Amino acid sequence: MNAADGMSGAAIRVEGLRKSYGGRAAVRGLDLAVAPGRICGLIGPDGAGKTTTMRIVCGLLRPDAGVARVLGRDSAREPRAVRERLGYMPQRFSLYPDLTVAENLRFFADLFGVPASERVRREAELMEFSRLGPFRQRRAGQLSGGMKQKLALSCTLIHTPEVLVLDEPTTGVDPVSRREFWRILRELAGRGLALLVSTPYMDEAGLCDEVVLMHEGRAIARGTPDEVAATFPRRLLEVRGAGLPAALTILTTSPLPGVKVHRYGDRLHVVHDDAAQADEVARLLANAGVELHPVAPGIEDAFVELMAAPAGGEATP
Amino acid sequence: MSGEAAVFARGLTRRFGDFTAVESLDLEVAGGEIFGFLGANGAGKTTAIRMLCGLLPPSGGEARVAGCRVGRDTGALKRRIGYMSQRFSLYEDLTVLENLEFFGGVYGLGRAELAARADELLPRLGLDAERGRLTGSLPLGYKQRLSLGCALAHRPRVLFLDEPTGGVDPVARRGFWDLIYEQAADGVTVFVTTHYMDEAEYCGRVSIMVQGRVVALDTPSGLKARTGGVDMQDVFLRLVDA
Ligand SMILES: Nc1ncnc2c1ncn2[C@@H]1O[C@H](COP(=O)(O)OP(=O)(O)OP(=O)(O)O)[C@@H](O)[C@H]1O
Ligand SMILES: [Mg+2]
Repeated sequence: MNAADGMSGAAIRVEGLRKSYGGRAAVRGLDLAVAPGRICGLIGPDGAGKTTTMRIVCGLLRPDAGVARVLGRDSAREPRAVRERLGYMPQRFSLYPDLTVAENLRFFADLFGVPASERVRREAELMEFSRLGPFRQRRAGQLSGGMKQKLALSCTLIHTPEVLVLDEPTTGVDPVSRREFWRILRELAGRGLALLVSTPYMDEAGLCDEVVLMHEGRAIARGTPDEVAATFPRRLLEVRGAGLPAALTILTTSPLPGVKVHRYGDRLHVVHDDAAQADEVARLLANAGVELHPVAPGIEDAFVELMAAPAGGEATP
Repeated sequence: MSGEAAVFARGLTRRFGDFTAVESLDLEVAGGEIFGFLGANGAGKTTAIRMLCGLLPPSGGEARVAGCRVGRDTGALKRRIGYMSQRFSLYEDLTVLENLEFFGGVYGLGRAELAARADELLPRLGLDAERGRLTGSLPLGYKQRLSLGCALAHRPRVLFLDEPTGGVDPVARRGFWDLIYEQAADGVTVFVTTHYMDEAEYCGRVSIMVQGRVVALDTPSGLKARTGGVDMQDVFLRLVDA
């Protein structure tokens, strides 16, 4: 790692972060660094502490211990200075329902002091991703759920800060727009922005440079998407074919000790530990009309497995 | 009534001013089927569901749901269907049990019936231990299961779920789909929207809507065969991005 990529050159840097609400610990000792030009994905189940972490980074919430710095400034001590250089999209972004799509964008552009020429260029790009172009004159309150989400994203991206913090930006967004949206994020990273993004979509986690998997306030795995996937400690068989429902019934009605089955869309993943178990699975499914192949784990496999395991230390690749 | 579709729509249309949000929707969903109602943002899914639930008057066409004529047999329709909206609204300052009782009460369930139904539903939803907890303090995944419970309290025959798993992590989504399968196994018809394409694979049949119209309707494998898509994500991108 060179200096710019290292902790010292990080645009976002979190150390020993802790935060409790009442008696409940939301974040229990978190470290994190995002260098300029990088996208860091925060994943984890609900209540893992992702939103709390993001709010602390943005200077909206004070940590009980530890520090979050954005571009070298302490978010708790200098929240205004931090917010001037950072864009944040909360999980519940408030649009002005009585303003039209165009008026909302204009409002946020003015708020962020975006020059007119820049605004026009940016707006065109955002309309392309969001496909909201034909609806510029519609009031935000009359948009569909996903359209509102995309307008909120567009309002956040209308200016180009140095750091972007996006809390589950693509909830409710359809697959076409999600793909376009990630193209924009990658382009922003290419311009040197540091991005911290939380997502419940594992395919999006796979598009990040680094992924931090949080559980109960801690990072339980981190690294590139491949490295996080590789923390999966067991073996996988993928089951596909027309007989999938039958195969699932067989595997769930006569469960094998230590073997777990998860649905993955049009296939099953059978989690096991050794060749004897794999043979046993193959024997059970011999007449089910399915094909079995050993496969490498993905992030979702690691996620599901780590969630099932008792929360302990951090898994490192 | 045997052979009658659980959800039937013909020419169902909704306009807002001169904008057509749903354009002549034709659908037939069989009893006990899990039907995936997919589409691009703004395609008209929520608008169509609100019409089918009798919450929004159509501009044209007709629909029958659970044997009721939509727009005519409104009271009976409400009792026979369950609806979980995209932005589900639970009472945050009521406990889990109180929410369930409240929604069941709206549908005219009596006290004893409500108590029995709660005892049956809460364990199935994995919420038995939380029955006394304030809803506002629950994680999203729990709230989602509770909203499903509220939509199920009065034993509806047809269940409309508008993005029930939005924002939910992969583990919680699997748990939620187990509940959907249980309902379908009990004979409940499930009409569900989602933007997670792995979930599209869990539906018996799927329709894909773009700009107010259904552009494809088939089983997931049928759609893959027809479009050459490797999975439903690919199918969706091919059909919607065309
Ligand atoms: N009251 C209204 N006035 C004007 N237009 C409306 C109104 N309600 C909905 N629309 C428009 O109808 C279209 C369909 O909206 P709908 O909410 O049905 O979409 P959807 O398919 O559910 O989308 P999403 O996936 O984003 O939830 C959108 O263009 C929306 O802006
Ligand atoms: Mg909708």
